[in-house]
Amino acid sequence: MAGTATKHTLPALFHEYELDDAFDEMVDSGGAVRPHYRHIYEALRELTGDELRRRQQIADLSFLHQGITFTVYGRDEGTERIFPNDLLPRVLTREEWTRIEIGLTQRITALNLFLKDIYHEGRILNDGVVPREIIYSCKHFRRQMRGLHVRKDAYVTVAGTDLIRMPSGEFVVLEDNLRVPSGVSYMLVSREVMKRLFPDLFRKCGVQPIEHYSQALLSTLRALTPQGSPRGTSEPTIVLLTPGVFNSAYFEHAFLARQMGIELVEGRDLVVHDNFVYMRTTAGLRRVDVIYRRIDDDFIDPMAFRADSSLGVPGLFNAYRAGNVSMANALGTGVADDKAVYAYVPSIIKYYLKEDPILDNVQTFLMSDPVQRRHVLARLQDYVVKAVGESGGYGMLIGPHSTAEQRDEFRRRIEADPRNYIAQPTIRFSRAPCFLDGNVQPRHVDLRPYILFGDKVTVVPGGLTRVALRKGSLVVNSSQGGGSKDTWVLD
Amino acid sequence: MLSRVADSLYWMSRYLERAEHTARVINIQLNLMLERGSQSEDLDWARVGRSLGMESSEDEDDWSAESLAQSLLYDASNRSSIVASIVNARENARQVREQISSEMWEQLNRLFHAVRRSSPEAWDSREFLQSIKEGAHLFQGITDSTMTHGEGWQFIQGGRYLERAVAVSTLLDGHFHEFHQPAQAGAERVYLEWIGLLRSCTAFEAYCKAYTADVKPGRIAEFLVLHPTFPHSIRFSAEALETAIKEIGREAGSRRAARVERIAGRLRATLRFSQIDEIMSGGLHAYLQELLRQCGQVHGALYQTYISYPIEAALEA
Repeated sequence: MAGTATKHTLPALFHEYELDDAFDEMVDSGGAVRPHYRHIYEALRELTGDELRRRQQIADLSFLHQGITFTVYGRDEGTERIFPNDLLPRVLTREEWTRIEIGLTQRITALNLFLKDIYHEGRILNDGVVPREIIYSCKHFRRQMRGLHVRKDAYVTVAGTDLIRMPSGEFVVLEDNLRVPSGVSYMLVSREVMKRLFPDLFRKCGVQPIEHYSQALLSTLRALTPQGSPRGTSEPTIVLLTPGVFNSAYFEHAFLARQMGIELVEGRDLVVHDNFVYMRTTAGLRRVDVIYRRIDDDFIDPMAFRADSSLGVPGLFNAYRAGNVSMANALGTGVADDKAVYAYVPSIIKYYLKEDPILDNVQTFLMSDPVQRRHVLARLQDYVVKAVGESGGYGMLIGPHSTAEQRDEFRRRIEADPRNYIAQPTIRFSRAPCFLDGNVQPRHVDLRPYILFGDKVTVVPGGLTRVALRKGSLVVNSSQGGGSKDTWVLD
Repeated sequence: MLSRVADSLYWMSRYLERAEHTARVINIQLNLMLERGSQSEDLDWARVGRSLGMESSEDEDDWSAESLAQSLLYDASNRSSIVASIVNARENARQVREQISSEMWEQLNRLFHAVRRSSPEAWDSREFLQSIKEGAHLFQGITDSTMTHGEGWQFIQGGRYLERAVAVSTLLDGHFHEFHQPAQAGAERVYLEWIGLLRSCTAFEAYCKAYTADVKPGRIAEFLVLHPTFPHSIRFSAEALETAIKEIGREAGSRRAARVERIAGRLRATLRFSQIDEIMSGGLHAYLQELLRQCGQVHGALYQTYISYPIEAALEA
């Protein structure tokens, strides 16, 4: 890209804005500002660095006062931090979004069919499309779910799918989060803050609203009301089950419960009697119909899963099996976001829907396959290695940024337990302008839209754009120096 | 309302009331120390410890003024200490962060950080004690003006007044046991102790308005036990407690509310229809012990009705 030409045409704030071979969300390969970024670009021409800094401070304070913090695990001190939020929105056109929306709808529909299949007849396994060993060796596969009827076959009710944009400009799926995806509160709060900071820009750009997310989530949960519930589907009792105040996402749990107007409960607030779930209120026991649970499978019921869990509700799984309570997400959905199973999602889509996938996968090498493993181990410095059952940026090796020692460590780990690892080529995914250190600089960003699956599929336009705030970094996770920014889908 | 939430609000309030009471009693005691000889200091502090509900231990004789005051102020392992009370109040508030107003949370958090910053080296710290009292009063004011006066607020009221009734009864009992023996020690010293008792209940000025500064034990007992409108009297506390419990019953709409309301009503009636002459002739100690027993019953019934009821009972209801 013609770096020198850019410096002349871009305003002062952009003097450190250097382009490289990654796709730039704002500037095209000829150095011109993309049309959908024009309003923001114009605004940045008028604003000074000081003014932007002032607005950044207002935004930061707003996050601080609302207590929007997250917890970094594995460190002793200062584990609670404010979530860094970048001031400049990431903008998508309506056309780009429509394709993403259709692609995500296709993907979640196929994944739910897949989950129903593997917990019932297992046709896809019998037909050899997905190897049986991969499913049964997955640590998130729940034998207890076999043959169990899930209300409306909605296994994954809430999904957060991570997309990245390739140098070609095409969006691909990096990973699915089908267990208890988090981050949606950041999306909602950061939109509120942005509306206060840039009201004119909002009007000029015509940004599609996302505020109905909580309402859509509530309707989706309502659709899961068990048949035969005394109050029917009109007034079911829905609760959000949180592990408690010490959980890293507690803010989000409290936020969503408040937004939906449902009770925020902990395991100790619920009791199971005769296979019905009740919550303890001062007015007595009240029957619970739907649980939006933000506790992992393992901890949900000490009688069915981990016996040492003090977060869960003894007997909950039996009530679930009896169909007296619904849970979102269903148990055992983690098998479909296992990173080795991920490699088969394009085949899964073709198998159930007889369609080609609209959103592609990133090329993925299974370390359990000897040929693929040999190929990757010979060039570990070029690949990103991930543990199949982890998320949040934990258990990951980024080849180009790794030391020889780290690579040796991962080589040992892969050889000891090949099923537990996959490798993907290092992708320099797209970058978007961020306001950092008093000027505008490009940083790598991904996109996590939130998908709701009930009576219908709802994807609120946009999602959480996560930013790798460190220069050159490709890791966007909040636990590893990542931040977020508002995502605008234009009308 | 979730039982757990009610429980946390109730205890948040009780702990804060306890911290304030303890701060006031210690502050008064520090003042008295300036006025009386030092030979009985250790004994006085042992009495203060008992009147604040500290369990007496075998090495009570070893309690020195300094170590006891230290323990009452800063020892987090002493359940009656100010630090422990504030920490517990904040921990309970944290569990129900979303149920209280941001202003309440911020105030309690400020108090918590102030307590954590304070150092035991400065144990004779009136300022510290003053800041606890003011902080607790501020929290009450904020609570009353920023939180819906619904069920949760009523649990806060209930917790505060139950704690207050217990604290004043215990304090009074200990004081009468020690000083209500005619013609003992120097009259002047005993006079100071009675004023100390009134001050410990913020009652000195109100008492003087009712009875002049003529300090008589019988009148003090009457004022602190039976006064209908003074907010630190036991009767006032019991009436406020009963009101809160009735409101909770109305808001929760529980059909099992009758029992706790009856027990709270009996405590109120016990105080309402008592006369000081009868109380004194029957023995103040026995009377206060009966009140404490009834307070314990109210607490127990409140729990059985709203918080830790057996599942079967709730299903039948």
